[in-house]
This record gives sequence, structure tokens and C-alpha cells, in this order.
Amino acid sequence: MTDLLTPVLTDNWDAERSWTLASYESLGGYGALRKALADLTPDAVIEAVKDSGLRGRGGAGFPTGMKWGFIPQDNPNPKYLVVNADESEPGTCKDIPLMMASPHTLIEGVILSSYAIRANTAFIYVRGEVLHVVRRLQAAVQEAYAAGHLGSDIHGSGYNLDLVIHAGAGAYICGEETALLDSLEGRRGQPRLRPPFPAVAGLYASPTVINNVESIASVPSIIDHGAAWFASMGTEKSKGYGIFSLSGHVKRPGQYEAPLGITLRQLIDLAGGMRDGHELKFWTPGGSSTPLLTAEHLDVPLDFEGVAAVGSMLGTRALQLFDETTCVVRAVLRWTEFYKHESCGKCTPCREGTWWLVQILAALEQGQGSEADLDLLLDQCDNILGRSFCALGDGATSPISSSIQFFRDEYLAHLTHGGCPFDPAAATVFATAGATA
Amino acid sequence: MPLPATALAELATIAARYPQARSGLLPMLHLVQASEGRITPEGIEACAEILGISAAEVSGVATFYTMYKRKPVGDYHVGVCTNTLCAVMGGDVIFERLKDHLDVGNDETTADGKITLEHVECNAACDYAPVMMVNWEFMDNMTPQSATQLVDDLREGNEVRSTRGPKICTWREAERVLAGFNDGLADEGPAAGPASLVGLEIARERGWTAPESGRRTAELAPPSSPEAAAEEADTSRAESETKVDESPADTKHVDNPAKGDEAK
Repeated sequence: MTDLLTPVLTDNWDAERSWTLASYESLGGYGALRKALADLTPDAVIEAVKDSGLRGRGGAGFPTGMKWGFIPQDNPNPKYLVVNADESEPGTCKDIPLMMASPHTLIEGVILSSYAIRANTAFIYVRGEVLHVVRRLQAAVQEAYAAGHLGSDIHGSGYNLDLVIHAGAGAYICGEETALLDSLEGRRGQPRLRPPFPAVAGLYASPTVINNVESIASVPSIIDHGAAWFASMGTEKSKGYGIFSLSGHVKRPGQYEAPLGITLRQLIDLAGGMRDGHELKFWTPGGSSTPLLTAEHLDVPLDFEGVAAVGSMLGTRALQLFDETTCVVRAVLRWTEFYKHESCGKCTPCREGTWWLVQILAALEQGQGSEADLDLLLDQCDNILGRSFCALGDGATSPISSSIQFFRDEYLAHLTHGGCPFDPAAATVFATAGATA
Repeated sequence: MPLPATALAELATIAARYPQARSGLLPMLHLVQASEGRITPEGIEACAEILGISAAEVSGVATFYTMYKRKPVGDYHVGVCTNTLCAVMGGDVIFERLKDHLDVGNDETTADGKITLEHVECNAACDYAPVMMVNWEFMDNMTPQSATQLVDDLREGNEVRSTRGPKICTWREAERVLAGFNDGLADEGPAAGPASLVGLEIARERGWTAPESGRRTAELAPPSSPEAAAEEADTSRAESETKVDESPADTKHVDNPAKGDEAK
């Protein structure tokens, strides 16, 4: 049996000055890079990642090695690697602590991945609202250049790579990969129509791989320990380990690195249970764009197949846990306001639709409207889902349709009560911490 | 007011970091804010001139992103997360309390020019809810009391440190770092906050680790084809992505014609 928790990416986070090159190398860091440059061809690195079964850790779960294999090596344009470090999906909080505690894990992954796809320029697009993470990345890149891990003729291999840390400027949509590319080209961050896909025409219309931070950071461990080692963890089609982020009304919120397939019941148990005297009401498996689940789903294996089988998505393993003090209508309204604010405006169904969703939901939350408005909401969702360039609008419909499915009566209670029947003070952390609001 | 010559030189330095200069626009606009305290018309003109694009194009970018401010920002930009999880955990109460305490509304600055208050979206620190940001540094596990104390300390000039970072610098100094000019403070603060380490601590206590290399070998069953992979992937995005190999390799993105000559 594999242990319940398997720290790999988080394993050095408790090391003294773990963010420095000296600390990272003292624990074997950059060993995978030296091994790859000495012994492995770029294709062999791609094969190792393919064989490991690693699937994208940014939400969609597309096989990483296969994505790399799509880069047309006969295309005369330069190839680019772009790391999506724009972590912004509500509830998602794994990449930011990773880059703060161990930026070199990501940078070693960037070098290995760039080598594999034959890129000589790579970018880390990090959201701008995390100043100290930007500092740590900048300093780590400087250290990596000074140590000869980046730059020209890396460790005498003849391979060259430049890495640029690029800070965004506040836009959730830039976590969408084609919007990210437009943003990185100095434009408004708006998604592109596909095809062509980034692998063929990405940054500067050149072949580009875009991967999530955690995906790229997993590559050194695969090269170090082997594809079979990675694939020995996880489930049949969801291999390896991942960081599970628990937040909300749980005793010990935080980061738990485990093989894919662990259940929420096991994670809550490790976290010491829900807060005293309360029970789980609803949760997101992978951020606010993944349909809500309830206490019925505590034993669902948290892998791509398991969560899909109950009508949601594994997403980014952003487990936001809410207890019975939380009004689901209030929660869903707030997420919907977020999607309305963050819709980039390019596609009409998303731009206009999210605005209308907020109108209807806000009225319901105030106890205004009628039961027919629930059907109207579902009809609006139906007119948004799948009708825009990217998945932002799709994500906006997830909390609404799933909450109506599981908590229809709670919506109706707002109508009969003439407003929200919940006391928001009871849901705060201060309610149990003894502080007064 | 025109930008100082040093700022103009640094704007050009940023553009030169990229294979195509226009990629530097976002960090350049951060530098404009560092220099001018906001996005000014002169700052927009300067970026446009360096990149060889129109001021309207720069303006279109500057108005798209929420971190760019057209009004002067105080020394300290104070953000309160009011996305669902933080709001429920107490962010709404904190934000209301601060509006009252500072006598400002959302996105407004105190009369002394010290603090600009804004509610912000999820800042990727949900395990530390309720979360605030001061000049985009983490202030974790806030309460209404600690929030009012925080802004009082900032206004009185008392030293304030991020819970996971250094002593708080000014907003303009922070913008300079985002423009790519490191301030040498990377070594300040802890590697990780307590919540980031909870899983690792449990694993250490119980002796849990990832398997030893080669301790066992598992049957490898990666998907054999793009189509099989797409069936396993969660989204239609991933599904459609498999069609990439059917696109002609020379497909041009119509919005992005080759523009290498923009660089100078």
C-alpha cells in the first residue's frame, strides 16, 4: 500500500531557507537536469513523461507528454514553453505556496520541459497580485543563471535556455491558456479561437507548450525516479500524486499532497474533522468552476474519473468546504458576481449572460422573484454553457446548476422567508474563535 | 508631467527582455505606476512610443487589467478578499468594518493619502481565510480587530510585516518589483506559512513518504492515442485539443501576424 500522504513537491517546504539554490541542491535538486542533459535525448524526456501518465494539473487533465508530442518539430519557428502561474480559480491555492517555498523545483522542471520540446526561451506568467512569490521567482532565476542551469551551453550540453519571469496585472481570464498568450504578447487578455492550437500557433504564432505550475514541477521527480515510480501512485487512469488544498470550515485547512484517488472523507479525517459542532454541507472538488458536491460524495475517489462519474470535475483539487451555517445562495451569488466581473467581454453569451445571472440570483437572495426564476436561471445557464470561446462562461454555470440540483429548497426558503434565512455571522471563523464582529 | 529620463530608459530595458518588444507592455505599465503613482496619459504615450504602437492600443490594455489604476493610489493598497470562501469566513465583515473605520468606499483613498481600500478576488491563499493583501503581500487569517489594527499601524507609520513576507514596502516600490526590478527582499519571511505545511507535518509524524524509487513497478497504462486521452480528459477543451495534429502546421493566427519589426 502506498502511504496516505506522499510528499514529493511539498517535501522540502520545511527545509531551512528552502527557496534558495543551496537548500534545493543539498536535497538533490538539479540532479534530474544533470541526468537528462548527460543521458537523455529530448525525445527520451518526452517518452518518460508520457510513460508516467502525468496529466495536466491545471484542471483539464490532458496528458502532459502527449501535449509535448504535438509540437511540430519541423516548424521553422522558435518553440516556446509558457508556464501558467496565474493561479486564480477561486479555492485554488497550491501553486502559490509551491513557488514561494521552492521556486527551484519549478525552474528545474522548466529547463527539463524546454529541453524536451526544444525551446530556447521560456516564460513563467505569474499573477501580479503575489509580490513575494514574484520576488522569490526572480531571485531563483538569477541564482540558476549564476549556477549555469540557465543561459548558454548549459553544463556543456550545447543546450541554451533563457527564462523570463513575467508578472500579470490582475485578470482571472489570463489563466485561460490562449488569453494568457495574448496577455503575454502585451494585449488585453482575451481567449483565441481554436484551432489553431497553441502547439501549432501559440506565442508569436509559434509552436508553444503551456502547462500549469504543478505539472511542470512534477517533471524533475519523474526524471529522477522514473516513470514507473510516478505511475505506481494514483489510480488506473489518474497516475501520480497531487496537492489537495483544503479550505473553509475544516479544523486544519492547508495543503495535503497525496496520490490521486484519495477521498474527501480521508482528507477531512487527516485535517481533524470539520469545525466542532458542525457538519459538511457542500464543497467544490476543484474550484468554483466545478459543480458543487455534498456530504453524499465523501467517498468519491478524487481522481479524474471518480469525480466526473458524479457529475463534477477534479479540476485543481481546490476543496472548499462549507458547513451547515453557510447559505448556498449567498455562496453561489458571490461566485456569479465574480464571473460577471471577470468575463473578458469577447463573447456575448458569457458577457451578457453572467450579468443576467447576477440580476436573477441577487433578487432571489433578497427573497424577491418566484420559483419560476429557478427555471429561468437554468435556461440562462443552458444559453451560456458551451457557447463561448473559452470555459469561463461554462464555469459560471456550474455552481448555479449544481446548487439548484442539490439545494432547490434552500432557494425557495429565501422566497418564503422574504430574504436570507441564515445568519452570516455564524459562518465566520470568529464565530468559533470567540472574537466579536 | 513627462516621465523622468531614468524611467524612460527602464521602460526600454523592459521591452528588450522579450523576443518581441510588445510583450513588455504589462511590466512597463507596472513601471509607469512605480514612477508616477498611477497610469498617466504621459505614461501611456511613453509606452506607445517605445513599442511603436498607438496610445489607444496601450490604453486598451491599461484599462483591461484591475491592477492598473487611473486614480492616484495611496502609499498602501489594502485589499480584502470577498470572493465566496473568504467572504463567508469573515471577509465581508472585515471589509465593512474597514470601510467604516477608514470612512472610504470601495476603491477609494483616505484623505491623508495613505490607504486605498479595495475588495479583491481570490488571491490563492484560501487555506489562510480570511485573507487580506497589503501592496500584494499576504496578510493571513485576519479578523476585524487585526484588520483595523493593521490599517492604524500603516497610517501611523509603524512597522508592518507580511505574515509570509517582508516588512511592507510602499505601493510604488511594489509596482517596481512587478516591473521586473528585484528589490533584494526575496530572503525575507518564511518558506511557507503554517497551513502550507499541515499535510507535510502529518506525513512526518506518521512516517509517510512517497514510494522509494524502483521499490515497486506498476503496470503502465497511459492512454494509447490522443482520442483515448481525450475521452479520459475532463473537458471539451482537452477533447478539441487532440485535433491539433490535424491542423496544418503553417496555420497562422489571424490576430497575430508576424510582428518582429515592432521591436524597435
